[in-house]
Amino acid sequence: MGMPISHIMTSGMSGIRAAGDLVARMQLAKNMRIGEAKDYVAKKLDVTTDDLSDEYVMRELREDLGIGVITSVAGAPKGIAAKMNIEKLLGIDINCCEKFRGQLK
Amino acid sequence: MATEYKLRMGDGKRIFMTKEQIVADLKEGMADAADLGEIPELSEDEVDKLADIVTMPSRMVGVEQGKEVPVTHDIGTIRIDGDQGNSGVGIPSSRLVGAMMHERAFGADTMELGHIDYSYKPVKPVIAQEMQTMEVCQQNMIVPLLYGAMPNMGLYYTPDGPFPNPGDLMKAFKIQEAQEAMEHAAEHLTRDTVWIMQRLMSSGADGVNFDTIGAAGDGDMFASLHAIEALRKQYPDIYIEAGMAGELLLGLHGEMEYDGTVLAGLWPHQQAPLAAKAGANVFGPVVNTNTSKSSPWNLGRAVTFIKAAVEASPIPCHVNMGMGVGGIPMFETPTIDAVSRASKAMVEIAGVDGI
Repeated sequence: MGMPISHIMTSGMSGIRAAGDLVARMQLAKNMRIGEAKDYVAKKLDVTTDDLSDEYVMRELREDLGIGVITSVAGAPKGIAAKMNIEKLLGIDINCCEKFRGQLK
Repeated sequence: MATEYKLRMGDGKRIFMTKEQIVADLKEGMADAADLGEIPELSEDEVDKLADIVTMPSRMVGVEQGKEVPVTHDIGTIRIDGDQGNSGVGIPSSRLVGAMMHERAFGADTMELGHIDYSYKPVKPVIAQEMQTMEVCQQNMIVPLLYGAMPNMGLYYTPDGPFPNPGDLMKAFKIQEAQEAMEHAAEHLTRDTVWIMQRLMSSGADGVNFDTIGAAGDGDMFASLHAIEALRKQYPDIYIEAGMAGELLLGLHGEMEYDGTVLAGLWPHQQAPLAAKAGANVFGPVVNTNTSKSSPWNLGRAVTFIKAAVEASPIPCHVNMGMGVGGIPMFETPTIDAVSRASKAMVEIAGVDGI
């Protein structure tokens, strides 16, 4: 358990504390290498690539964009709702969001 | 008296080395990788930087600000609730709880859902449960959530599976029969993996992690590459991570090919282009840790291999850095000083796209 946490603390992008999930998503969705993925996400968020790992910058920005934060915010998008906003932000389709939309009557 | 630095053996034991000994071991490990893989050695500047990282006085080190990379996970939630005497810490919890703990408490960039037996074959009897769990997790999670398991082709041989055991056949010099058993097993492994992922994709999975490809030799990789190819064809947007089991793909069959390339004996920089060709989005190269050598020896060797793989790969490389690979000591609770140094070295010198 300490091994993955050590990696996250040493090298990771802090997930939804910052913008690690967004950069990882572009790597996985579009085969983007690290520099390209960071540039793409930074441009979409209108921040610098350094800001993508900066919790101070990303906390408020994530809340404004409705793409999920780690703490409870009443009424804020969570789970699939947050991912639907991520779809729009990054210009990609996310499988579970597609499935969710397909279930609506 | 020369200054001595606190370091580790490949099994995690504390050792003390001088700077000269450290540099000598870094170079020896690097030369071993360059010789085996027929790849370039690190530059003098890179060796110096590795030595600087290894000798940093802090207990824990980190990458320079701005150089952070995403972290993907094998085993996933099982490391929370799993309790088999391995890396799981046995906290009674659901897999949803484990996934959300990683996302909201640990800062994970991605997460993985896996079955407690963690091979694809045993998922088949419990597929409905896996689908339900995937749906519930996807409803609550924000980070990319893959389904992960090991291809583990060994499960298709007697006494666990339907085909004769190639090891037994080879001992009886029945080489052709052994090869045929591997070919049959590979066909079933491809079919099972695709069947499982078809159902998990219908439940909203982001994609799949093939964890420890090649553990049962070249047939294991043959089957995995064909499964990747089939999944990419059916689901153009599926996220596929192809992680290896070891540095050298063992040629148990010896004659299996993918895209005209013989799989037996491939090193990480040769494996990466094949994973990309099959349709993977992210490749996970592996370098094994030698427990009888020092951490500088292992790190010099691992960084040399991985740097070559990163350069040869057309897709992002998330280096495997669990217990016993990627310069990490072979130990269930690897020390933070060793993990953080290896992690920093892989990002800043090997140039990995993720871990």
